[in-house]
Amino acid sequence: MHPAFSVIFFTVASGAGFGLFSLLFIADTFKLGGGFTPAQLVIGGLVAMSLIVFGLLSSTFHLANPKNAWRAFSRFRTSWLSREGVFAVVFMPLALVYLASVWFDAPLWLRETFGFLSAVLAWITVFSTGMIYACLKTIRQWNTPLVPANYLALGYASGSLLLLLGAVMAGLDTLPYIAMSALIVSIAAVLKAIYYFWIRSPGLTPTINTATGLTRAKVKLLDTGHTHGTFLTQEFGFQIARQKAGLLKVVVFGLGFALPGLMLVWVFNAQGGQAAAVVAACAGIAGAAVERWLFFAEARHVVNLYHGAQRC
Amino acid sequence: MRLGLVIDLDVCVGCHACAIACKEWNASGTIGPLSDYQPYGAEPSGVWFNRIRHYEMDEYPNNKTVNFPMSCMHCEDADCVTVCPTGASYKRAEDGIVLIDQDKCMGCNYCSWACPYGARELDRSSGTMKKCTLCVDRIYDQELPVEERQPACVLTCPAHARMFGDFDDPDSAVSRTVRERGGFPLMPELNYNPTNTYLPPRRKPVIPVDTQPKSGLKESIKQFANKLVRR
Repeated sequence: MHPAFSVIFFTVASGAGFGLFSLLFIADTFKLGGGFTPAQLVIGGLVAMSLIVFGLLSSTFHLANPKNAWRAFSRFRTSWLSREGVFAVVFMPLALVYLASVWFDAPLWLRETFGFLSAVLAWITVFSTGMIYACLKTIRQWNTPLVPANYLALGYASGSLLLLLGAVMAGLDTLPYIAMSALIVSIAAVLKAIYYFWIRSPGLTPTINTATGLTRAKVKLLDTGHTHGTFLTQEFGFQIARQKAGLLKVVVFGLGFALPGLMLVWVFNAQGGQAAAVVAACAGIAGAAVERWLFFAEARHVVNLYHGAQRC
Repeated sequence: MRLGLVIDLDVCVGCHACAIACKEWNASGTIGPLSDYQPYGAEPSGVWFNRIRHYEMDEYPNNKTVNFPMSCMHCEDADCVTVCPTGASYKRAEDGIVLIDQDKCMGCNYCSWACPYGARELDRSSGTMKKCTLCVDRIYDQELPVEERQPACVLTCPAHARMFGDFDDPDSAVSRTVRERGGFPLMPELNYNPTNTYLPPRRKPVIPVDTQPKSGLKESIKQFANKLVRR
């Protein structure tokens, strides 16, 4: 699959934003490390929401006819893309009510109810983002429950690293935030490792024989019938060399998981260390972006069988 | 009704006439135009509803070239329709034709990801997705003579490799042909239940390739001399 920059930016930014927002709610409820002040909570919430909004805006850049984008909310009952949009939009007012109740010191039940609802909706929205890809039977590398699991884990990992940065900047006790980040980042790393292990041989897949129905003998492509590329070759023909993919997987683990982990140790030892927290957050998000690029680059759509691939 | 095509892989000669007739009719049809990019340039490309590919089956001397026209299969369980977020893609209840409302499409490409047959292509000039309409603007046209109320690709095929009809009717010509010739759908394991059906190449006697008699001494000398003589 052709990796579109706008979609990569959208999924990474909105995943981090939703992760940050729901973890911010948890940090507020349990007053982790002493608890953020209302002003700090509101700033953190607005940072999360702007990540989400910029992500959603960037996702419209890959539309060829964006003037009809508003119609994307209409097929909630069948389409995961539509559901994702609806959930993201429903999240916004709930999150604003939560931040307002923090700012104006509203009764605790109001603050907790809306915080909880927006945290749940954040979870559902990131799950829907993953399901956009996981529901496609045409791409074996995506058609697995590991995909929404990876999207959630990586979104929350990026969010937890951003939250740790916030805690360091606010001068809170960093220990609970370090523990939370360490746990979420290691879960994300394990889930990603399982995914990479699984797509090495993803089980039964369509072949050129089932694609052409000529199942009794070897089939090979003689001619694709077009002179230059088509929409299909541009959209689905993208291929990445196995060696390069392996190298990028090392980058994903080094940049996305190992470096933030190392920085967590630094923050723990220094009892602060703002530079280390900045590096951890930036590395985590950059690693997630590389992971997302590879997620698209490694996906093999079955239409490639008609263009000569023996197996997808 | 469940309208669709039968394509006879035994008869198709791979002339691309169906694709040309399709483009000719649909460029000015309900969801036209079908834009071309650099048609006379170095990298000609463009939107087509129907593409013909060519495959080779088995190995020499039992090999056979199979010409393979493909357009929208008008699937019973069309994922392209269920994934569409805007409701632009729809499947008609009355005849099963899958269509795209050009006024609603936002060009997100998601339906083309869901289609295993490569039937959907984005038109860069209009920014909308386009696909085979089964010539919905021909087959119901009361102004045309009855025998011409068929898709353009079927009418034009010089080898009569294409048939159009109702698959729900067990006595229709398409249903009978599929039964008699053992027609098959493409990629059935994905459970899209495509309507279009392909007829397999017939079994043909293998053409013997060792027809030349074993060369004798005279032939060997001749070949040896041929190698020596410089022409």
